[in-house]
Amino acid sequence: MTAVFLGIPTAPAGVGHLRGDRPFPDAARDALRDGQLRANLGHATTTIRGKRAGVVAEVPDWAQLREAGRALKAATMARLDEHLEELERQVTARGGTVHWARDATEANEIVTRLVQATGADEVVKVKSMATQEIGLNEALEAAGITALETDLAELIVQLGEDRPSHILVPAIHKNRAEIREIFARTIPGVDPGLTDDPRRLAMAAREHLRERFLRARVAVSGANFAVAETGTLAVVESEGNGRMCLTLPQTLITVMGIEKVVPAWRDLEVFLQLLPRSSTGERMNPYTSLWAGVTPGDGPQEFHLVLLDNGRTAVLADEVGREALHCIRCSACLNVCPVYERTGGHAYGSVYPGPIGAVLSPQLTGVEDNASLPYASSLCGACYDVCPVAIDIPSILVHLRAEHVEAQTRTTPEAAAFRALSKAMSSPRLWRLAQRATGLGRFLARGRPTLPATLPPPASAWTRTRDLPTPPRETFTQAWAREHGSQEGRA
Amino acid sequence: MRVALFATCLVDTMVPQVAHATATLLQRLGHEVVVPPGQSCCGQMHVNTGYRREAVPIVANHVRAFAGALSSGVEAVVVPSGSCVASIHHQQAAVARRAGEHGLADEAEALAARTYELSQFLVDVLGVTDVGAYYPHRVTHHPTCHSLRMLRVGDRPLQLLRAVRGLELVELPGAESCCGFGGTFAVKNADTSTAMLTDKMANVLATSAEVCTAGDASCLMHIGGGLSRLRSGTRTVHLAEILASTEESVTPQQGTRPSPSRPTTPTASA
Amino acid sequence: MSARDEVLGRIRTALGPDRRPPAEVARGYRTTDDRPLPELLDVLADRLEDYRARVLRCAPDAVGATVAAALDAGLGAGWAAADVVVAPGVPEAWRPAGSTEDDGRPAVGLTAFAATLTGVTVAVAETGTLVLDASPVCGRRALSLLPDCLVCVVTADQVVGGVPEGLARLDPLRPLTLISGPSATSDIELQRVEGVHGPRTLLVVLASD
Repeated sequence: MTAVFLGIPTAPAGVGHLRGDRPFPDAARDALRDGQLRANLGHATTTIRGKRAGVVAEVPDWAQLREAGRALKAATMARLDEHLEELERQVTARGGTVHWARDATEANEIVTRLVQATGADEVVKVKSMATQEIGLNEALEAAGITALETDLAELIVQLGEDRPSHILVPAIHKNRAEIREIFARTIPGVDPGLTDDPRRLAMAAREHLRERFLRARVAVSGANFAVAETGTLAVVESEGNGRMCLTLPQTLITVMGIEKVVPAWRDLEVFLQLLPRSSTGERMNPYTSLWAGVTPGDGPQEFHLVLLDNGRTAVLADEVGREALHCIRCSACLNVCPVYERTGGHAYGSVYPGPIGAVLSPQLTGVEDNASLPYASSLCGACYDVCPVAIDIPSILVHLRAEHVEAQTRTTPEAAAFRALSKAMSSPRLWRLAQRATGLGRFLARGRPTLPATLPPPASAWTRTRDLPTPPRETFTQAWAREHGSQEGRA
Repeated sequence: MRVALFATCLVDTMVPQVAHATATLLQRLGHEVVVPPGQSCCGQMHVNTGYRREAVPIVANHVRAFAGALSSGVEAVVVPSGSCVASIHHQQAAVARRAGEHGLADEAEALAARTYELSQFLVDVLGVTDVGAYYPHRVTHHPTCHSLRMLRVGDRPLQLLRAVRGLELVELPGAESCCGFGGTFAVKNADTSTAMLTDKMANVLATSAEVCTAGDASCLMHIGGGLSRLRSGTRTVHLAEILASTEESVTPQQGTRPSPSRPTTPTASA
Repeated sequence: MSARDEVLGRIRTALGPDRRPPAEVARGYRTTDDRPLPELLDVLADRLEDYRARVLRCAPDAVGATVAAALDAGLGAGWAAADVVVAPGVPEAWRPAGSTEDDGRPAVGLTAFAATLTGVTVAVAETGTLVLDASPVCGRRALSLLPDCLVCVVTADQVVGGVPEGLARLDPLRPLTLISGPSATSDIELQRVEGVHGPRTLLVVLASD
């Protein structure tokens, strides 16, 4: 059953950042030529892979935690409506206000209206994938409200007028020298002697943001988890910018994808073990903030929770693809992906890059709007192995490829070829004929061990960089039949 | 034991010496090898490219081709390819079931239960690691993604290689990284695939091995195609070919060299 | 139709009429830790120090002196008690003489202090995590955030082995802050740098017999 058939809308076009403007292979081609990018990515992903492997290895019950995480997510999705209603009840009972947003446009409108109601023209933001997804900063900007990213990497991206390229480390594509240059150029009054020492760079960000935290009246955050049973929200972070935003302003607006709900408080004991080790490769991230509604005398006195659909229910409608909603945004799959490691995140076009992005983005937008992404994988399976909630990403990729193929109303040359090949491979007689046709290769090779490098498309896509062996005169099965006579007759 | 050999479409058509070597090896170990003539393909390429409906008749052909073998006393189907076995185990029944062909799905599952990747068959079913091979070369082993992560063959190929006389096994740096083949990925995302291949080749060449081996002819065709284009002199040889080699019959030249016009099974009668 | 009803309706449509009951969640992971307390205390100290917190261990009756030593380490000798703000529930015996009790002034006012002294509600050994729950001894959230040096007193009875035991001791309705080392970032080349927006110095006084 598909969402289209059921009439469930996907994320609308024209708002937010789920669609690229070029197919993956084209965008990747440019990224692959960027030597600095390749070096930065290679260095960073190698570092984080090693850290993750180390802290995961020291947990004797990792497999059990992973299975519990998978099962909890599956059970949550099976009763998602009930958990959301309970979450709404609990948050409301503790002084929060819950809003529902069908899509990015509606979520942006809700947040803009809430900020305007406070009279503020500046908000501080905790890094949040959901607000990046819906393009909230641009929407606020259009309403005359400045959104200030406070996570160090997000700040680097924002100051550099760049786009994030990683779920956890949005500036992973930049090295320290490039970051120093951005800070020196864009931070008013920055120390002219600023060096590229990461500590010095972090201190420059601290000074730049300190006063802005203290004067902020409104903060916007995402949420890593929301506990239905208690109405408790959780934000997992490292720098303390999250705590600043969640604690100091009078008004807090949290935008959260509906799939982030977990049924019970106890469920956090699983996810708070899985997430930090998979994500930053730490036993525990420096700061996790948990809050339920409003606490008099401590923190924001006005709390709004925006529950965002924006295509998630369409994903939920796909029995195979819905597993992508289990993602806890740790980004371990990005860090081990041989494709991501070489192309970086921008090539994926969406705020969700890497293997999880290749299964999530096309489902949120409808596969035809991101049709190249399911193919942006060699199906090596490294992502599935590291996923802390055991999302079978390769199987979903393959499933989405089929959804794309089956959505075509006209027969593409590729489809014609695969159909013809299917016919041949389903009939031993036709298959022998087809195999004999590879003898054409021997003609092209003219006695050389490999075929010419300049074959016409689509063979050229292989032979531009790789030799193709000249086919043998006789297949194995032919030779065997010739040498063993009627032996196969028994088979 | 009576064993059916599934050569796979790629090996049968492009690198028949791999299937010959597999048959030779199994026969040398005292087993009877049959080659069901109706075999073609497992359907993996269709499934992985998005043509799962078109894969169903291919699965049906595969099941049909081996049904006779199973009913005539064949105890196991052996395949010199990790990814084809992974497809047989993880995809065939699923695509059949999705198409509503439940009978076919059940048959595919039954066949899959008796289908083994070569190294798993040797080590787990036959219980041998020393197959009596002789291969006096410096060799490095690429553990191919589907063998590694879908079949979990683990160090079985290495156990087999370590027991080969004369063979100097050198560890491949970054061994678990994909070589960039990925079926149609190699063509649809040729640039990314080539970037991955470049790193794999750099690691292979860093070992100074004469030979890079693996349990998948497809990955070897990819790595070998790159090494050949660079005129590196390092060749790719399937694990089965190494294990089939003996003092009496060393197979010195393989990989991207054209196979002899009339492939022979040098030790078939041994 | 309201957005609420529409989103809930879409979920019901997506899940279909004949929903499978959620599968049983097997919690096969560790939920208890039977290591003896001294071992847990060592693990806690080790994990805290691994993430650049400084741990000072003492007997329960020596907390006050050890807090002073911690402040020496964090602020340098010659610090003024007036620069230290303490959570209102912190026992008198722990406090440096002349320190200021948090009076609930606007949070911005807390930046005037160089250091904060609080207790904790629970500490998780395996991850080196301290949990503050905004109770009187822990103080409001801004208190442990704005001054640049944070001193936390942990007593042995508050130490548990793993995360499940730690969360089980908490009240999910209170504002909770889990602290594992000083503020840090890995955003530049994945290299961990301690000290960004939160306290750059974390000192832990671990009191046990």
